[in-house]
Amino acid sequence: MSEAVKVNKQYIDFKKERVYPNLVLSIEESSKTVDAIKRTEKIMKIVSTILTYAFILVLAIGVIFPFYWMIITSLKQREEIIASTQTFFPQIVMWTNYSYVFTVFDFTNYMLNTIIVAIFSTIGTLLTTIFAAFAFARLKFKGRDAVFAIFLMTMMIPGEMMVISNYLTVSAFGWVSDQTRLEAFLCMIVPFWISVFYIYLLRQNFKQIPNELYLAAKVDGKSDWSFLWKVMVPLAAPTLISITILKFMGTWNSYVWPALVTKKDEFRLISNGLRGSAFTDPDTNEVEYGYQMAASFCVTVPLFLLFVFFRKYIMRGVGRAGIKG
Amino acid sequence: MKAFFNKVLYFLHIKKKPQAVAQSTNGLMVAEPDVGNMYLDTYKEDSYNEESNTIIRLVSPKSKKKDYAVKGIEDVASKNNWKAWLYLGPVIILIAVFLLYPLINTIFIAFAKDYSYATGTFKGITLENFGVIFHITPTGAGGWEENFIKYAIPNTLIITFVTVPVSIALALLISVALNSIKWFQKFLQTVFFLPYVTNAVAIGLVFSVIFNKDGIINYIFNSNITWIYGAERWVAMIPLCIYIVWHSLPFKILILLSGLQGVDKQYYQAAQIDAASKFKTLTRITVPLLSPQILYLMITSFIAAFKEYTSVVSMFGGPGTLGKNSITPDMETIVYYVYQNVEKGLTSRAAAAAVFLFVVILVFTFIQMKVSKARVHY
Repeated sequence: MSEAVKVNKQYIDFKKERVYPNLVLSIEESSKTVDAIKRTEKIMKIVSTILTYAFILVLAIGVIFPFYWMIITSLKQREEIIASTQTFFPQIVMWTNYSYVFTVFDFTNYMLNTIIVAIFSTIGTLLTTIFAAFAFARLKFKGRDAVFAIFLMTMMIPGEMMVISNYLTVSAFGWVSDQTRLEAFLCMIVPFWISVFYIYLLRQNFKQIPNELYLAAKVDGKSDWSFLWKVMVPLAAPTLISITILKFMGTWNSYVWPALVTKKDEFRLISNGLRGSAFTDPDTNEVEYGYQMAASFCVTVPLFLLFVFFRKYIMRGVGRAGIKG
Repeated sequence: MKAFFNKVLYFLHIKKKPQAVAQSTNGLMVAEPDVGNMYLDTYKEDSYNEESNTIIRLVSPKSKKKDYAVKGIEDVASKNNWKAWLYLGPVIILIAVFLLYPLINTIFIAFAKDYSYATGTFKGITLENFGVIFHITPTGAGGWEENFIKYAIPNTLIITFVTVPVSIALALLISVALNSIKWFQKFLQTVFFLPYVTNAVAIGLVFSVIFNKDGIINYIFNSNITWIYGAERWVAMIPLCIYIVWHSLPFKILILLSGLQGVDKQYYQAAQIDAASKFKTLTRITVPLLSPQILYLMITSFIAAFKEYTSVVSMFGGPGTLGKNSITPDMETIVYYVYQNVEKGLTSRAAAAAVFLFVVILVFTFIQMKVSKARVHY
């Protein structure tokens, strides 16, 4: 006991400041005081924050620049676009570039084609996806896991493998030769009624719906069919919206297949129209960049609006791909 | 005696009849002999058995199916086998017609000798088609086909081995930076996602305007380089790769950012206490913890880079730097080669190239899975 008391007496009691009035506490690390260390830390933090923001902002400008340049170029005169001194804002704002897009370049026709194809391929995809996802998530049947595994494996096959034979298939259906508008649309819609990835996505979503709901519905005498439409589809609405938007965007961007199967320019989709020869001066073989950029802007705007209104769904749908499980 | 009393009690509504659901949770012994077969037959509702995780229905022990008769139950869910196939029907038909048949057919065309797509006739199995595209055997007309080996494969390899590492590294830096900032985080996140919601052709056109000889890039750097129209093959690769990286960034940032947000903050606090430098924190903590996402991105972007096509078409308008008038297809990729030969009606060559692409993608995916299994921290 007495020993312990002795040890205690060796410590300095800081609470009794009066006893040691001249004491200054100083912890030093490589001859720097606490204040100095704190100050350097603060400065380092500010510097690193500034550097981070600078890095991000430079890249963000790089990301945005093509959009900016598209809008600016679409409002410029041809002379200004190819001038040796580039301007960051049009000297004369040329709204006529846009009126050209809607009159000479048959923009409305391409737009209409794209929207029709997008709507029907989206509806078809949604139906097949919902049915398949329901069967995989809820129903029991022999060979379910085997069939699902085969489905997943088809995701590994590059789409380019299919293009050759699918072209032969739609030709065999008689949709390519002497093409009518309907046949052209069928070519562009029917092969895209399947998406294994969306089936996988929706199945995961359906699986999260608790078993008890299904059993309750069963005990109440509901059929599978009405359970699917009255319970599962409404509960999985966010995923279905994501699928709809992504599918729509897919059609908006599709280029190769429409170019291959359609035999007349007027049946083609918006991307084909953009890359077509409507913007090349037939005499001089020079591209009219102003018109081209105006059309590009018109094609980009609907996607932007979609993104503004459905940002959450788009990002969720795209992001889901990366999450394991 | 007990059974008789029970029946009386049920009749007088003093004692409740045993409910199917309650019974089945106690076990499978629903078919108590003293309850009687008559009672069991009246119970047609489906109920749920937790042990076997099946939906069951009570049946009479005299049921024709012996399995059910013994236990007094049957599995309702698996009974509707044919209904499940009905739900799957549309998808299976479409997959068979537009996915599996084409796969088999393309492989077959690739190996068929003198296949005619108009009549569907062929003269036996051969490796000649592969020989033709790889410049080993002469074509049927006696000439030599060299576009595939001279342009398509090297271009595709360059695109793959330049854009994939660059875009993943850039995406990693951006997402780490985005994750660490406080102000405007959501706004900047949206900005970096913008390239995803664009039309690939439209933006490709914009890039070809930016890299035009009289365009803004030459103006800013005060140079006079021909980037696009009539450019040298290797020079034209630069804007092409920049465009591909620009276009592939948003997806990668999104995936990496969602991975970063799931990382436990404790790792970083521990690193801070150990006074680890920022670079060390990135390489020793962030990258290993994000390895599942990085692996996923590597596989998907390798595959995507191998299938690059739209970027070339939208920027150059044709297989070469001279657009549609190109004599040599010097910007061609493997997929471009496939499509061009489909258009020309040279189906065998297209099929052989497609099969080659398929095999390469499979091998790459497989190797990556194997190699990174040891290194990936899950």
